[in-house]
Amino acid sequence: MADLPAVTRDPIDAGRLLAAVAAPACGGTALFLGTVRAGPDDGPVIRIQYEAYVEMLEAEFLRIAAETTARWVDARVAVQHRVGGIPLGEPSIAVAVAAPHRAEAFAACRFAVDEAKRRLPVWKREVLADGTAQWRDNAGGRTPSRPSEPSGA
Amino acid sequence: MPTESLHVRCRFFARYAELLGTEEVALTLPGRSIVRDAVRRVRQELPHGERIPERPLVAVNREHALADRPLANGDELAFLPPLAGG
Repeated sequence: MADLPAVTRDPIDAGRLLAAVAAPACGGTALFLGTVRAGPDDGPVIRIQYEAYVEMLEAEFLRIAAETTARWVDARVAVQHRVGGIPLGEPSIAVAVAAPHRAEAFAACRFAVDEAKRRLPVWKREVLADGTAQWRDNAGGRTPSRPSEPSGA
Repeated sequence: MPTESLHVRCRFFARYAELLGTEEVALTLPGRSIVRDAVRRVRQELPHGERIPERPLVAVNREHALADRPLANGDELAFLPPLAGG
């Protein structure tokens, strides 16, 4: 969707993704929001900083959208990832898929989200209340990071 | 037949940039080098290069790549720490 940037530093506006995929032929729309969270084992996380290899993230989103519409030919896909500091509870990723029927919309959205989790060049750094920071990955790994950078870095 | 050398732009992200203290280096490699050769050079020649895993996740020209992928002059080789997107 040309008018929707794949990467944003601003809060994700799900309405824009829904508008981007809306079409008269589409009777079902699935929207996935991945939200920043801190689990019970995560300690006192005060901020989560997302970094990306932005040029590759944009290219990977295009590939994932193309693969999705190759499998579900009538589907319309919009994706967006937020980077920078994201407060707990706000979305870091949004995927919207519209299709003629709900089964395709759910399946295509699930596929696009799963591929995004597996492939997007994005990294997550948790800043804790004591000033320390750690990198977290999707496999559950934690590794120390340098001392905290100023907010908004 | 002589092989010309390759110039490759190496980029490091997130934790790897922290470990190496740099986000980017230019590497000159012999012709017909593959990703694995570039990784070996980075690990041997960059300060703290040994902190990078022997088989890191990599991308060539903004696409995930395997260690045996041939490199071409002008390629951008990115070293990607374990991913955390979504």
